[in-house]
Amino acid sequence: MSKQVIRNKALVIGLSTVPFGLAFGVACAEAGLRWWEASGFSLLVFGGSAQFAAVGVLADGGTVAAAIVGGALLNLRSLAFGLLLAPALKGPLWWRALVAQWMIDESTAVATSIEDVALRRYGYLAGGISVFVLWNISTLIGVVGAASMGDMVQTLGLDATIPAAFLALIWPRLLDADHRRVVLVGAVIAAILVPIAPPGIPIIAAALAVFASRTAARP
Amino acid sequence: MTAATITFLGLGAVSYILKAAGPVLLGGRPMPESFSRLATLVPGPLLAALVLVWSTVDAGRFVLDARLAGVAAAAIALRFRANFLVTVIAAAVATAVVRQLS
Repeated sequence: MSKQVIRNKALVIGLSTVPFGLAFGVACAEAGLRWWEASGFSLLVFGGSAQFAAVGVLADGGTVAAAIVGGALLNLRSLAFGLLLAPALKGPLWWRALVAQWMIDESTAVATSIEDVALRRYGYLAGGISVFVLWNISTLIGVVGAASMGDMVQTLGLDATIPAAFLALIWPRLLDADHRRVVLVGAVIAAILVPIAPPGIPIIAAALAVFASRTAARP
Repeated sequence: MTAATITFLGLGAVSYILKAAGPVLLGGRPMPESFSRLATLVPGPLLAALVLVWSTVDAGRFVLDARLAGVAAAAIALRFRANFLVTVIAAAVATAVVRQLS
């Protein structure tokens, strides 16, 4: 995979988060947040599902503590992503501390779709920066333009863009029998856990299942 | 400070610690061979779970709606070797059409 191809993927996955950024801005406006509060979430929390969860709790009249815990549970997967990608993130301490802020679904997805370690680092940065910039711009547009936005995201089917982008990243793996097997196991584990586990946990469990199954199978 | 401000500061801090633990403490260090071998398998189930959750889950519950048609359209596009952008657009168009019809 060339850097050009990786940059294109990063750009498209950034664009695919724009509808959700707009929707987050609108949700903030409806919950009575000011524009800079909405931007505070997108800049500092920077994790779509955690942001939606926290603002949702506040909008429903929940406490600050409940909002933080709800969001943190969803961002727990960033810890797993960080451990997974750590070997590829070579650089001085300050650099690693800086780029860690972009540890989200999309940057992890782009990075892990690349085998080569040096290019994997490039993919992480490209994916993370692309989403960070576009997510923050779309949050601002959403919160300021909430009144005129309406149901645009739903009407145009834009809420299907993120799963489609993830499917595109997983596709090459589905052509290989070994990978296909673990992919299926992961999907089944996530499907079983969704109704019973707190949000965010099914994704971690699916990813870590690989370790559990292999360790258990070892004599 | 408003409740929203305290929330984004607090959640931002917690999130950053979770995100940074791996890169800051272990960044750039090679992992044991056995770990790396297993780690190459992780992205498959990880991405599969992300596809599932982003296409069928809403606020912690399964919600089957037009997004499924979008993911199906994306799969068909990929089957015919469509590139990344075309795949994502196909998903949006299919979802919009099914939503209009239903």
